[in-house]
Amino acid sequence: MDIPKEKMIDMYRKMLRIRGFEERTRKEFAAGNIPGFVHLYSGEEATAVGACGPLRNDDYITSTHRGHGHLIAKGGRSDRMMAELYGKKTGYNKGKGGSMHIAEMELGILGANGVVGGGIPIAGGAALSAKMRGTDQVAVCFLGDGATNTSRFHEGVNLAACWKLPIVYLIENNMYAECTHVSRVCNLPNIADRACAYGIPGVTVDGNDVLAVYEAVAEAVARARKGEGPTLVETKTYRYHGHFEGDPCNYQPEEEMAEWKKKDPIVRYRKQLIDMGVLTEEEATKIEQEIDQEIDEAVKFAEESPYPAPEEALEDVYA
Amino acid sequence: MRKISFKQAIIEAYDEELARDPTVFIMGEDIGKYWGGAQGDLQGLQEKYGPERIRETPISETAILGGAIGAAVTGLRPVAFMYFCDFLGIAGDEIINQLTKLRYMFGGKAKIPVTIPVYSGAGVSAAAQHSKCLEGMFMSVPGLKIVTPSTAYDAKGLLKSAIRDDNPVMFFERTVFNLSRNKSEVPEEEYTIPLGKADVKRKGSDVTVVAIGTMVHRALAAAATLEKKGISVEVIDPRTLVPLDKQAILDSVKKTGRLAIMDEEPKTGSAAAEIAAIVCEEGFDLLKAPIQRVCAPDTPVPFSPVLEKFWMPDEENLISAIEKIT
Repeated sequence: MDIPKEKMIDMYRKMLRIRGFEERTRKEFAAGNIPGFVHLYSGEEATAVGACGPLRNDDYITSTHRGHGHLIAKGGRSDRMMAELYGKKTGYNKGKGGSMHIAEMELGILGANGVVGGGIPIAGGAALSAKMRGTDQVAVCFLGDGATNTSRFHEGVNLAACWKLPIVYLIENNMYAECTHVSRVCNLPNIADRACAYGIPGVTVDGNDVLAVYEAVAEAVARARKGEGPTLVETKTYRYHGHFEGDPCNYQPEEEMAEWKKKDPIVRYRKQLIDMGVLTEEEATKIEQEIDQEIDEAVKFAEESPYPAPEEALEDVYA
Repeated sequence: MRKISFKQAIIEAYDEELARDPTVFIMGEDIGKYWGGAQGDLQGLQEKYGPERIRETPISETAILGGAIGAAVTGLRPVAFMYFCDFLGIAGDEIINQLTKLRYMFGGKAKIPVTIPVYSGAGVSAAAQHSKCLEGMFMSVPGLKIVTPSTAYDAKGLLKSAIRDDNPVMFFERTVFNLSRNKSEVPEEEYTIPLGKADVKRKGSDVTVVAIGTMVHRALAAAATLEKKGISVEVIDPRTLVPLDKQAILDSVKKTGRLAIMDEEPKTGSAAAEIAAIVCEEGFDLLKAPIQRVCAPDTPVPFSPVLEKFWMPDEENLISAIEKIT
């Protein structure tokens, strides 16, 4: 697939931004600087970035509790995201949502969602709206392997298939729904095989290969834009940290983790970019340093930003 | 003035709003040309507005309501038709965690103008899974508005306002009204009724009765009986429970000093419980006697007509409650 050089570099930058954001979040959370719960995306960067690569700014996404990666991939800024994690007024949601609920309508981000499967029907509605308004926007619904076992998956995908809605269901199969291995709760080798139940295409790709994800989603997006309906795209990937920060992680065997780390999406993509002549070693290093600095600045921005006034708790219930 | 049925008033409200605003559409089960909604409250609309805007769905409550949320945050004004309110539990997460929380969690970024019409209430032997009201339960979900009309006139004006409102509005249609052939006065010319404004359905001076939905008519019947006994009853129909016109209730209690609340939900945690608490908190000194709640027992709605009649609050229950405090 022919991806412009700038786009390929931008995708590398975004993958680094996600990893940098997540590892720094882990550190700041452990230090007690971030309240609440956080669910980290490290290890899955190729999925979010590959999936958002073919999207336009006005396309929609719905995200999940493990959403930081999706938001960055769709164009979210690390400083305003970090400020939201800190509960600050300068955060994307003015400190009202936190890690699991970041939204930015201008980027088509219809919200991360703290309920597993919560975004499935909402993304369907956004796709319906695009169709009814006569635009060629598409919606990408990010969901995990666990969400494919909820009733909403059946209701949402069936309806989208019957109405040929412009939507791509991006199933991130990171092997674990919380601490439950997918093989215990899904009786198929590939979740995308469930597509046949709805009469739509389903494809399974290497979720740690950003170009493979890009290609599969680009094809699904093209179908959606042409009015040919939804596609299930399953990416097989792995999360490097627990379900949430603080998870004892006693269910992810060390050997399994080591195997996946050999397939690290960022290391692989860096090598690909250098082999393809898109980046030199020096250029890659320079980008890495820039992202490190950006994340430092994002944390500084979050730390120095004001908290909302306590009475703001009473605002934004009704329009 | 011309007279029309409750159901016809509902159909007219949809018709006028669909004609007025191209972003309004309705989606739900069996709302098309065959049935026009299970109680016929959308009859003729699909023929007029087509299957795109009167959009029939599979039996998939989460997809309907969740889809409405997604359509609303991206610029449309959906009506998510959910059949009986008893079925709202199927889309419980959409209501409790999505519809009513997204705007708040997003820091006010999204508007979610979704109207949710539901059939509600007992009185037709539909048994426990097709007879609830649930207004009281949903009053404790911030972010929702709750409308519960008792007349054709109110239903039309309030439904039009609900559709135009930029917030989620749950619109409770009593099944007994939808199925009734009774006709009442509704003007030909267009009007709306603002959400949050109670209506004094009968003026009186000795006791205030706040009645909801079907109970409004029973309270009016009881008031007519009590008038002959020399007791003057004021009947207030809040019409919307969220926002609730507290002032109208407090003003009336200031005049009468006595309050009975008539609600066909089980007493515990009901809308009646909330109204009683408000008057105790903000109008305790106005009261000359304890507040009476005339509610259903804390049981599911029974099927057999004999049981259901016993279960539903009626004129006699209200009269004996009022006689205790006058």
